Amino acid sequence: MARYRGRGIASINYPIGMNLGGDPSQALVHSNPSGKFTVSLSSIDLGQGMKSVTRQICAETLGVPVEDVYVDTADSDTGPHCMGSFASRGTHRVGNAVMAAAKEARGVMMEAAAEELEVNAADLEPDGRGNIHVKGAPHRSISTKDVAIAAQFKQGKTISGRGIFLVPLSAVDPETGEMSPATCYAHACMVAEVEVDDETGEVAMVRMDSAYELGRALNPRLVEQQLVGGAWMGISHTLFETTEPYYPDPSHGPRDFVEYLMPGPGDVCPHDIAVLERPAADGPFGAKGPGEMCANPVLPAVANAIFNAVGVRIDDLPITPEKVLRAIKAQGGARAQARR
Amino acid sequence: MLELRKDIFADERDDNLKEIGKGTQRQDMLGHVTGASTYFNDHKLQGMLHLKVLRSPHAHARIRRIDTAEAERSPGVRRIIRGADVPHNLNTLLSLINFGKDDEPTLAVDKVRYKGEPVIAVVADSPREAFEALAKVRIDYEPLPAVFDVEEALKAGAPVVNETYPKNTFTYYDVYDHQKLRFGDVERGFASADHVLEQRYQMSPIEHAPTETNGSIAAPDTNGRYVVYTSTQALFFSVDTCAKILDVPSNTFHFIGGTVGGGFGGKVDTLTEPLAILGAMLTGRPVRYIFEREEEMQYGPPRGAERIYLKDGVMRDGRIVARKVRAYFDSGAYTRLSSYAAVKCAAHLPGPYTIPNVYGDIYCVFTNRTPATAMRGFGVTAMDFAIECQMDKLAHLVGMDPMEFRILNAYRDGDMKAHRREAKNTALIECVQVAAEKAKWPLREEFKRMSSLKGGGGTRAAVPPTARDQPVPVRPAAQQRTTYDRAPQAAGPQPPHPPTPPPVAPAPAPQPAAHGAIRFSSVFGSRRR
Repeated sequence: MARYRGRGIASINYPIGMNLGGDPSQALVHSNPSGKFTVSLSSIDLGQGMKSVTRQICAETLGVPVEDVYVDTADSDTGPHCMGSFASRGTHRVGNAVMAAAKEARGVMMEAAAEELEVNAADLEPDGRGNIHVKGAPHRSISTKDVAIAAQFKQGKTISGRGIFLVPLSAVDPETGEMSPATCYAHACMVAEVEVDDETGEVAMVRMDSAYELGRALNPRLVEQQLVGGAWMGISHTLFETTEPYYPDPSHGPRDFVEYLMPGPGDVCPHDIAVLERPAADGPFGAKGPGEMCANPVLPAVANAIFNAVGVRIDDLPITPEKVLRAIKAQGGARAQARR
Repeated sequence: MLELRKDIFADERDDNLKEIGKGTQRQDMLGHVTGASTYFNDHKLQGMLHLKVLRSPHAHARIRRIDTAEAERSPGVRRIIRGADVPHNLNTLLSLINFGKDDEPTLAVDKVRYKGEPVIAVVADSPREAFEALAKVRIDYEPLPAVFDVEEALKAGAPVVNETYPKNTFTYYDVYDHQKLRFGDVERGFASADHVLEQRYQMSPIEHAPTETNGSIAAPDTNGRYVVYTSTQALFFSVDTCAKILDVPSNTFHFIGGTVGGGFGGKVDTLTEPLAILGAMLTGRPVRYIFEREEEMQYGPPRGAERIYLKDGVMRDGRIVARKVRAYFDSGAYTRLSSYAAVKCAAHLPGPYTIPNVYGDIYCVFTNRTPATAMRGFGVTAMDFAIECQMDKLAHLVGMDPMEFRILNAYRDGDMKAHRREAKNTALIECVQVAAEKAKWPLREEFKRMSSLKGGGGTRAAVPPTARDQPVPVRPAAQQRTTYDRAPQAAGPQPPHPPTPPPVAPAPAPQPAAHGAIRFSSVFGSRRR
């Protein structure tokens, strides 16, 4: 009896946003008298970092520091309509809506600053640190706070903006399936290394190496959290999880986390990730979305690694020790494939 | 460990931005790490009542009689809610975008169609008193034969799961029991291939397993409104679904979401809000309805099972010349979102590869199990598992390195995809090359030099002659008024597409805009190319 190592790969792509489009999101941006900005959304932050990504998009577009922007989410009275946080649409759809709203607000802010500095708005630029100055003449400057006060109490202007982003709904040809499902796609390739025990059928993850192309990575730390967590979910889908262990027989369904198995910290392996950024033409600053697709390549990469290790193909998920052991026995023992 | 490969596609980006591209700390980090972030269940309202539901013990049964007399007298009970108390007790989630027919009650009335389907709700002073009252409800069931296997469900004589769809399949475009994808001639492709490989893949249902289970708290507000604290992933989806089910204007509700303790697709279905609000309407008190862990695991919707048959034709040199797919999405007893996932799945075929002949039939099938819903990678995860396992087998079959095999077949800028749109902004080849580099997986020099930017288009940009199936007579589309469907209909029913000529082989290459496709909805704008 022995443990066998093997490597497997998978490469995938994934559409960004609700299939066929037709899924709008809106955003409102406004300034308070201190020159601090609020983004109002009905969109939901699920922990993935929607608030943080839209905050960075808003700050970059306005030309103010990120600390000067606060994102308020998830209120149907104050936030305008958003289709929801699903379909990898947060960064792409909501991000674009926030960008559009911030552009409109920036236009008013620059007009108000121009009036105070007695110059043409086109000659002004923000420095990203809370000031607006004449291009090439940093000393002719005004703080965003002073602009906000002047706009509201002197000029009677509202530094605010509305934004919406909509990919128009695509038709589907019932006969051929011709359609426009998405405007951009993320990509990934995963190499998984496993160790298979031919006595118990257990599969242990050894390591993962991956490359993900996600359009612009707006916040690399948030991208990393998604990719690391998503891969963990992929491992769990591959080797552990199901609500119906004898599907399609529905019996013996697990009822809690004692019966519903998932990997623990000891089952997680090193994961070395490369991120490629090919900007999407219609993404906010070129961003696509890493949310959903990061789990997908793990499942087949692990299955292919198991074949490489012991020569059995398990085509039914999840790949439990029982299935691996039965397959090894049926084949008359482990058959290691060419080492990769 | 994460490495940004700024050297790749560098000329397509401006990397000199001030805030974009920075690893700025999350806005809500402090609240999360100190435990101060507020979840829906942190709202403890004065006089709050608790709602629990009685679930069906049968996978399929007729309800003969419901007796709640003893439960009504149970201590602490404020209200028993039956299906008849729900103003609009039939809905389908995607009616909001005019896709599919209403097929699911909030509380079952005549029949239960899966084990765990809600039949009766009790609102009581405490969760314990609600449970005690539920135990006193008497329901007389007549068990019916049930069907659990997607292919069994399609056979003649199989039990009818959901009378809205008597053939146990979702109806596409009012005529088809599946979503089609047709591109080129797969049979000719198989005939010309050196090897043909057909395989079956199966994914079982998977639980989203959020730390926080589904739930909501609804409370009467001033001026006839209701405030609703909820764990939803889609605030307005939930607002508008509740407005439809409870038959009130959507601005009756002030929905407040916020921090969500894990979603992954499992909090899109508006599972608790309608009953929580109805409870608040009927009692005048705040009502909390949150799933127990067992409810979340077994009766909250899972990622649905999928069964996939994949048949590929491949040449000795590694080129895939045909791919045929038949897939069954197990929707459970009701539609929820599986119908939409099947369309997304068809669009995803044949994976990120350029294959000249592709054929897909994707079925959304009803069985007597918990309805499935969206989950991370919706419509694609299981198909990617099937396709990528198949790719490994094909590479093995022709004796090619699996990395090089993928690079050889990868789609590139300018290629025609099977859903008949040009591939743009592709990057699969680069991902394979970088992953190989990271894993120290040797690639031959010619494969290291290949690029998504080169070698695509040309003959690869053509839509091949495609034979069409025998057309089915089109019935006028039944229109249903829905929350988002406020625009007047153009002229009665949706325009049926023109009759399709009978198949001729080879058929003339269709002009890109020549067909008369019908739209899912009349409200979301026009056809997009």
